[in-house]
Amino acid sequence: MAGFVARRLTSALLVVTLTSMFVFALFFLGPGNPAGPVCEAQGRCTPERLAAIERQMGLDQSVVTQYAAFVRGLVVDRTVVVGGEHTCAAPCLGISYGSRQEVTEELARRFPATLSVAVGGATIYLLVGVTTGSLAARWRGTTADRLLVGGSLLVSSVPYYLLALLAWIVLALQWGLFPGTGYTPLTEDPVAWASGLLLPWLVLGVAGSTQYARYTRGAMVETLGEDYITTARAKGLSPRRVVFGHGLRAAIAPVLTIFGLDMAALLAGTVFTEQIFGIDGVGSWALEAVRAPQDFPVLHATVLLGAVLVVVANLVVDLAYGLVDPRVRTS
Amino acid sequence: MTSAADAALAVRDLTVRFPTDAGDVRAVTGLSFTVRPGQTLGVVGESGSGKTAAATALLGLHDPRRARVTGSVLVAGTEVVGAREPVLRRLRGRSVAMVFQDPTSALHPFYPVGRQVAEAYRAHHAVSRADAAERAVAMLDRVGIPAARSRAGDHPHQLSGGMRQRVVIAMALVNGPAVVVADEPTTALDVTVQADVLDLLREVQQETGTALVHVTHDLGVVAETADRLLVMYAGRAVEAGPARDLLARPRMPYTWGLLQSTPDLGAREERLRPVPGSPPSLLTPPDGCPFHPRCAFAETVPGGRCGTDLPDLVPVSGETGRLRRCHLPEDVPLGEGQVGP
Ligand SMILES: Nc1ncnc2c1ncn2[C@@H]1O[C@H](COP(=O)(O)OP(=O)(O)O)[C@@H](O)[C@H]1O
Ligand code: SF4
Ligand SMILES: [Mg+2]
Repeated sequence: MAGFVARRLTSALLVVTLTSMFVFALFFLGPGNPAGPVCEAQGRCTPERLAAIERQMGLDQSVVTQYAAFVRGLVVDRTVVVGGEHTCAAPCLGISYGSRQEVTEELARRFPATLSVAVGGATIYLLVGVTTGSLAARWRGTTADRLLVGGSLLVSSVPYYLLALLAWIVLALQWGLFPGTGYTPLTEDPVAWASGLLLPWLVLGVAGSTQYARYTRGAMVETLGEDYITTARAKGLSPRRVVFGHGLRAAIAPVLTIFGLDMAALLAGTVFTEQIFGIDGVGSWALEAVRAPQDFPVLHATVLLGAVLVVVANLVVDLAYGLVDPRVRTS
Repeated sequence: MTSAADAALAVRDLTVRFPTDAGDVRAVTGLSFTVRPGQTLGVVGESGSGKTAAATALLGLHDPRRARVTGSVLVAGTEVVGAREPVLRRLRGRSVAMVFQDPTSALHPFYPVGRQVAEAYRAHHAVSRADAAERAVAMLDRVGIPAARSRAGDHPHQLSGGMRQRVVIAMALVNGPAVVVADEPTTALDVTVQADVLDLLREVQQETGTALVHVTHDLGVVAETADRLLVMYAGRAVEAGPARDLLARPRMPYTWGLLQSTPDLGAREERLRPVPGSPPSLLTPPDGCPFHPRCAFAETVPGGRCGTDLPDLVPVSGETGRLRRCHLPEDVPLGEGQVGP
């Protein structure tokens, strides 16, 4: 088990590092020049001034040198020049070209909002999806099952941002059902935190639940055909215990795997959710950073965070799989 | 024959059909038998003869959306056919329990075996988890699992096939059911442990006085343990009677053929002969006697009746408790070399 965790951690680190290098290289070999906006912000931008700023920012150095400086900054404080000198405390992810603030600090400030949206949405979609999927499997072939499968296909055929936008316009703006939607830190006011995130959670949850309902239904239909389900029925257990005690216990394993693999989709959903509901999280920050003039340090940091989250989620899912399936544990 | 009243299990005219797009699969047709407490009925037939479909109906386990079950199954006096789920739930495991063919797939892979036995007990007894666990350990010990207390915490994959089947037997017996249905309980096991499991079944049956329905494709498995035998062919009973009489003198060609294909019974090893041909489709069973396409005697019956009329299951004259379904006159000998081409 320890060896397994160590191996997985190593490969996780490798994935994050490679992602970081890739994004770094892409940006510096790309057509944009980060010195441009900095230069323009200081008045008329002559080629000489542009060159000087490039030099100050270290953009004239090779990509490798710059990446090495970035990596060093993760462990020791460094000085970054972006239209002026900034000290950037380790772990330094750079200075935002837009706000001229330390990226690490802003990331830490925005991350709780993103985490709140993502965890709340994922909890809802897992709970709703797994429950409805199990029930559909139990009643497979009936009208209820067909309605569920059909409804789920319908919802998932609508692009997510459209769904979220509609929910925002109709439920929040026209019907005024969710006043005060937005982010309040949990530590400040738990009630405002929950009520402000309720609509985003529901939208993210409902949209995501449809596909989990289908995954769960599929896994469950298969499981309910297994011999040990007949055994459970032959013992005299109630149908509810048979389906949720014996069936779901086995069917949940593949669903968990998909959840891990699908982490990227959850993050994408979170980005749109933040944007549409005006939540000041990492997602909306990343969207701002993409817009010209591109804010590379912010972009780099948010992509890195995404990579870390995906990798960690997969690790957690693998470990959880071992808890669910004892055959994995002993082998 | 016993009356339905003092029987642990009384089956009357049991019919199981599976509707498919191509028509109904007639897995079981008009099956009747009774089993008294402490008695063992061996149900024998080739693979595909409807044994599992019949056994499944004894616990009311068929999905009503996929199987049509008619007739009557009385377990300790309670009707199973058409019973509602709550009634079935009280019967299953408590009055009638099942030992399945493959213990590997019959046990839940993710739960410790002790817990699975305890759960069967708790389904019918209002006891604490701890008491049920104790009861499960005692039961595992009873079925011969060494170090039962620590083994109870094992998952099925940590046990051998024979041990797993012992767990399944413990699970079936934990509530002291009136009837145990064992569907090919040794078929999936290593030959070396088959005899042990058979001995165990017989032992606990004698101890508890439960009625046992032992379903198998292998006549040899039930030859010694069954009190009565029922031979199934194409979903129907074709011969039934006290095991010893039936084995000593089969009264219709299919039973005789089965004996010839079973080691240590009808034939010496070097003369083993499987029944030629293969069983008919239950979707489109042949007219007349279902065995006639394979029967060497069909030609000898006057008027070609074997191919047109289904013989009734009728008592054999002069022998108590024996039934046969065959047009052949009773005095025709089914001697050596007379079955098969
Ligand atoms: N769920 C089902 N749907 C359709 N046909 C079935 C089903 N279960 C069994 N059968 C058919 O019923 C017949 C009897 O099967 P079964 O009872 O399993 O025989 P046995 O146990 O004697 O080998 C077979 O032809 C089999 O294909
Ligand atoms: S009825 Fe005819 S075909 Fe059927 S077993 Fe008897 S002799 Fe053979
Ligand atoms: Mg079978």
